[in-house]
Amino acid sequence: MESGDTARLIDVSGLGALVDVLHERGYTVVGPALRDGAVQLAELASADDLPYGWSADTEAGRYRLRRRDDRAVFAHCAGPQSIKDFLHPPRARLWAADRTPEGMTTTGPEPAAKTFAFLGVHPCDVAALGVLDRVLAQGRHPEPVYTARRDGTLVITAECTEPGATCFCTSMGTGPAATGGFDVALTELLDGGHRFLARSGSPAGADLLAAVPGEPAGAADVAAATAAVRQAAAAMSRAMPDEPLPALIAGSRESPHWQDVASRCLTCGNCTMVCPTCFCTTTEDVTDLTGEHTERWRHWDSCFSVGFSYLHGGAVRASGESRYRQWISHKLGTWHEQFGTSGCVGCGRCIAWCPAGIDITREAAALSAHHDGGDPS
Amino acid sequence: MNSGTMTHPFLAGLRPALLTELAEHAIAMHYPDDYRIFSESDPANRFWLIEDGTVALDLHVPGRGAQVFETIGPGTVLGWSWLFPPYRWQFGAVARGPVQAIEFGAEAVRERCARDPEFGYAILSRIVPVLGDRLRTARLRLLDLWGRP
Amino acid sequence: MNPAIPIPHRVVSRRADTADTVTVELAPIAEPLPVFRPGQFAMLTAYGIGEIPISVSGSHGNRPQHTIRAVGAVSRALHDSAPGDLVGVRGPFGTTWDTAAAAGHDVLVIAGGIGLAPLRPVVRRLLADRAVVGRLCVLAGARQPGELLYPDELRRWSRHGQVEVIVDRPSGDWAGHVGLVTTLVPGARVDPAVAVAYVCGPEPMMRFTARALIDRGVPAERIQMSLERNMRCGAGWCGHCQLGPLLVCRDGPVVAYPVAESLLTVPEL
Repeated sequence: MESGDTARLIDVSGLGALVDVLHERGYTVVGPALRDGAVQLAELASADDLPYGWSADTEAGRYRLRRRDDRAVFAHCAGPQSIKDFLHPPRARLWAADRTPEGMTTTGPEPAAKTFAFLGVHPCDVAALGVLDRVLAQGRHPEPVYTARRDGTLVITAECTEPGATCFCTSMGTGPAATGGFDVALTELLDGGHRFLARSGSPAGADLLAAVPGEPAGAADVAAATAAVRQAAAAMSRAMPDEPLPALIAGSRESPHWQDVASRCLTCGNCTMVCPTCFCTTTEDVTDLTGEHTERWRHWDSCFSVGFSYLHGGAVRASGESRYRQWISHKLGTWHEQFGTSGCVGCGRCIAWCPAGIDITREAAALSAHHDGGDPS
Repeated sequence: MNSGTMTHPFLAGLRPALLTELAEHAIAMHYPDDYRIFSESDPANRFWLIEDGTVALDLHVPGRGAQVFETIGPGTVLGWSWLFPPYRWQFGAVARGPVQAIEFGAEAVRERCARDPEFGYAILSRIVPVLGDRLRTARLRLLDLWGRP
Repeated sequence: MNPAIPIPHRVVSRRADTADTVTVELAPIAEPLPVFRPGQFAMLTAYGIGEIPISVSGSHGNRPQHTIRAVGAVSRALHDSAPGDLVGVRGPFGTTWDTAAAAGHDVLVIAGGIGLAPLRPVVRRLLADRAVVGRLCVLAGARQPGELLYPDELRRWSRHGQVEVIVDRPSGDWAGHVGLVTTLVPGARVDPAVAVAYVCGPEPMMRFTARALIDRGVPAERIQMSLERNMRCGAGWCGHCQLGPLLVCRDGPVVAYPVAESLLTVPEL
């Protein structure tokens, strides 16, 4: 929490008003909601859809909802989706083409029908949004579906005050405090009344806050928020090895550890689906029965599938070993060379949603131990 | 043959005394185009250093005639079956165009190798990399990388 | 212009090169794409079937030429296309062969199989300004004589430099070299100390060729090769074409050998 920000204080009804204002301004508000036994991201009709009083207990291969004693609304983590699901959707039509006497008429992706306001996404997810921006919007060829949807997106982040057991944003430098990439940052306070410290991170954010009933935050509230976030940082139970990960990854290409992971990894690809930065896609061309109308659809793909690396009649990465190595090496290592940042934001989703309970932080630690020639236990 | 006129990559680095010994068993040979230098199962009693021209290595395959599987050119060795029993050629060799080569008497060189370990090592340490090279390229060709999967 | 949208082109000519390979020339129906430079590739769409990356193998102004071998559904459809048919084109994508580096140097162009197709624009460009380059040596290998690409053009090139072709399996009255194209490297009439090499073919062939070149004294950084990986977009969005830290569509396909060397020797990278 930086001093000098004009922080405001809004209460629970203010949160409701915030959602209403966003709706009035034409935004589709996406935030956490209870769905199918998890806290998922969904379109909110109002602030009442938020998961008041619910938390999630996570561990490797485990996610359980837990009813809280209080009415906290943002004290949960590692839901199976992220902003990626909305801005980089699982299925999107790239173009449609129709044969004409002159040739072919092609129409591009439909313009984005909705402008999103993401409410209650944690700083790790905001960092993930920044990573996706680098990959899809700031490359030599901006990706059209993502850039169309990203345009005008509003981000209202909720700082973390209760990290989950699978979280490790601190060691990835992406949280639990919100330090950038947002329009509004909320910090939830429960002691002494359910309220939210709110500060703007952009002119659009300041404009939004000005329309929401609230009052200037007092020094005590600011201090409470700062303390809560600092406590969260100290409470992280997982961390990456404290060494440059790209060098570790590059030096581990022939590590004996890959065999060990491969004996546990099902190559199911869950991690790539829940990861907020995994962006790989593939395309599929479809036609109608006449062949006059063609469409190209893009959908999510995973480096864990055997066909992902298909070349000249077979997969380059046929073994599970090589595919796990590809995923973690890309995420923690080669992403830096390709896009200038890490691919990992420390959200811990891959740990929670792995059916085999594989923990990326432990695998990195094992690689580190092998690299140094020590015993990984 | 005069050792002074013998220059060939195979001989590079040979101690002058060894080169002189080797030259005692060497004669210069010129083969015209299409000349069959040796046939499969002939006694392997000579070997050659090719100085100029191309030699086609072949094998008789019923229904296909003499099937060429490799061509070798200047700077390399022709023949290695002379080193080991049964001292018989496993393949055939035909000159493709005029060929100029240095021919060595195999039996005499073998005897020298047996008597003089330094001479023997010098010969073998030059032949073995050639075999390695041929094996490497043969393996790569076995993979049939051009092929449809 | 949205780089995800194929631009319709018409096939203006189609020439059969071998039993399963053709070279087609494409003309834009409306606005042309930027010129494809040697080494670059297009994502070609057979409407209704799919899209694959194909290197440019020549050009006529803004009409790119592509040599296509029928090995799958999309390539078969492109291979079977006839003059007048529509093909969608996206591109140009990828890095280029550094032909400027050949100025004042001897040049080795070494091709295996269909690898000669992406190299043909290199030779054409160098021959367009022959005096700028020293000695030129083209080595081309194929499985058998009927699978050698562009034999007429190879013959024309032999008037301007050394051209050697070699096959794995001779057939008919083949009187030329038999064996692997790497075996022609020792006989290439170039000065390795001042040579640049452009290499394209199956990956193991490129690895062995690079070693043969280095053994002859060509500096590793003056060896360029064209890499290949599965591509679904060509534009750096889909993640498929990764080879370690390289995105082959963006950081390749043409790379200097030192960049690729350590990556090509790791199995299943």
